Amino acid sequence: MKLRELATEALEGVGAKPGRLLISVLGSVVGIGALVLTIGLGQTAAGQLASHFDAIAATHVEAVPAGVRGADGKEHASSPLPTDAVERVTALAGVESAALLGEVPLGGAELTAVPVHDPALAPVTPPAVWAADGDVIGALDGHLQRGRFFDAGHVARGDRVVVLGREAADDLGVHEIDSRPSVFLGTTAYTVIGILDAASTRRELLAAAIIPITAARHDFPGMPPPDTLALRIALGASELVGHQVPIALDSAHPENVSIAAALSTTTLETGVRGDVDTVFFAIGVITLLAGGLGIANVTLLSVSERTGEIGLRRALGASRRQIAGQFVLESLVVGVLGGMVGSATGVAAVVTVSAIRGWTPVLDLTLTLACTALGGAVGLLAGAYPSVRAARIEPAEALRGGAG
Amino acid sequence: MTERADDDAVVVELRQLSRTFGREAPVTALSAVDLVIRRGDHLSITGPSGAGKSTMLNILGLLDRPSAGEYLLDGAPTSPLDDRRRSALRGSRIGFVFQSFHLLPTRSVLGNVLLAFTYGDVPRAERMRRAIGALDRVGLSHRRDFSPVTLSGGERQRVAIARAVCAGPALLLADEPTGNLDRSTADSVLALFDELNADGLTLVVITHDARVADRARRQVRIADGRLTEEPPAAKRSERDRMASA
Ligand SMILES: Nc1ncnc2c1ncn2[C@@H]1O[C@H](COP(=O)(O)OP(=O)(O)OP(=O)(O)O)[C@@H](O)[C@H]1O
Ligand SMILES: [Mg+2]
Repeated sequence: MKLRELATEALEGVGAKPGRLLISVLGSVVGIGALVLTIGLGQTAAGQLASHFDAIAATHVEAVPAGVRGADGKEHASSPLPTDAVERVTALAGVESAALLGEVPLGGAELTAVPVHDPALAPVTPPAVWAADGDVIGALDGHLQRGRFFDAGHVARGDRVVVLGREAADDLGVHEIDSRPSVFLGTTAYTVIGILDAASTRRELLAAAIIPITAARHDFPGMPPPDTLALRIALGASELVGHQVPIALDSAHPENVSIAAALSTTTLETGVRGDVDTVFFAIGVITLLAGGLGIANVTLLSVSERTGEIGLRRALGASRRQIAGQFVLESLVVGVLGGMVGSATGVAAVVTVSAIRGWTPVLDLTLTLACTALGGAVGLLAGAYPSVRAARIEPAEALRGGAG
Repeated sequence: MTERADDDAVVVELRQLSRTFGREAPVTALSAVDLVIRRGDHLSITGPSGAGKSTMLNILGLLDRPSAGEYLLDGAPTSPLDDRRRSALRGSRIGFVFQSFHLLPTRSVLGNVLLAFTYGDVPRAERMRRAIGALDRVGLSHRRDFSPVTLSGGERQRVAIARAVCAGPALLLADEPTGNLDRSTADSVLALFDELNADGLTLVVITHDARVADRARRQVRIADGRLTEEPPAAKRSERDRMASA
């Protein structure tokens, strides 16, 4: 008996009872579907992040003092960025926003919500403080949760205002700004005017407080000059900007300024796969196992129902091995069918969810093929025991009773 | 009678064959049976219920193995054969007809007949021709696309016979083939058996019905696992007398 005949018999056996086929296939459809959905959504989300990343990477750069290798073999900033760096580059073609950033060395002072230090409070790492000048929101692809960012006027006047990162605001217990709450840098009060929600290229700012550079210079006279000029540039302007910005910042020694993309790919991996994924994945695996048991059950039922047919086939020349082969193939077919329908359902679900969220669905073709194969493997395993049972049936006994 | 020149070719030979069931309190279904069946024989097996008739047929059909003794098919001992060879031999040399017809309700009449070729090596193109030929032979080629559930009992048994003979077996084994049929339907099935036998098919029929047994040239009786054959002389001379009249 050739494989083709065996396959024909198996297909006929599977197709003989469509209602039952539906039931036995359901478990693996749901299981495989959940797996494809989970993995597919994971891939789609990663793709989504990547394209967002690409967009940001293409339009956000940072200018920093070029490192110069000193006599001691260590790198030193060659020369600081000029204090009027923002003004110098804002007019340049291709530059859309610019912000000068530098961390403020607090030197013992702490940023707190109350001026008196309460030793009973659990010690928390106090938020870092950054000084800034220019359009921080634009240059960092940022977003404010509430309030506003300080503007050129605040900077010019040296106002003691502060924008808190989301996490820093939580730590300090600042949840609203309408009452113009104050926080204290050491003993100096700063008025909170905004809470920063997102800063794509500088996530660390979410855990920090940002004050106008003029106020920082006033309150922390020893502060070194800021070392980063963040820029948002027009799409495709990176070459132009890369050429012009160093000249604008240091016309005598443009090589002292280096320009780099504001994002590195390593920041991409984090946070793609959340807890929801794990749960869905587990549900998929468990359902698939249940589906395998379902297939085994239905195949076993079909073996005992078709005892007469098994006897007849033996009488017509089927060996035990061929009987076993038929039932293994039948449950393999059910499994593959479940895998295919499940994969298709999963793909449809991924596409639907993506459409609703406005994402571009990303799906590996090999994933759907692998899931179909997985369904087949489950069917194969599920068919093992029933097929052994079928092969053990004594033909003489199987043929004794029976209708037909 | 010249065409029966090689009729004495032995198809089946049983030598001191026994079959017992169970270990503690074993039941002896056949004990020390000797039997020779030649090509073209038409044999009936009668006997009380539980005498061992079906056991005998299962062993002849290689569906069961004897506990002792030897069964030679076409002159070759069958005891050394493994399941695969026994199955292949069963598929190619032996046809079965059952009391309950054992047709698959999910397949057409033709599909049921074609099932006989599933495990053999008859070429694909040849199968359809032979299956249709067999259905023609039993007078049911006009029903080939019907479902067997739409057929009468006699028609179903004729489909089963077509399935049993289409692969060209040497030996046809029938266990109560008319047990589920009324008298006139049974007669048409028996007439079909006679025709097949006349064409050289070796036939072994188990029956409770004396009328069915009477049609066979050789009549074997089993009681308590022991086999006796009635001397055929009387019947044969009677039949010859009728033929010459
Ligand atoms: N698988 C088995 N296990 C145990 N005993 C069996 C088995 N098959 C048959 N027997 C016993 O062997 C004896 C002969 O059974 P068999 O089926 O050959 O009888 P039979 O002549 O065909 O009877 P019937 O006319 O009722 O069909 C019976 O006593 C039966 O109970
Ligand atoms: Mg019987």
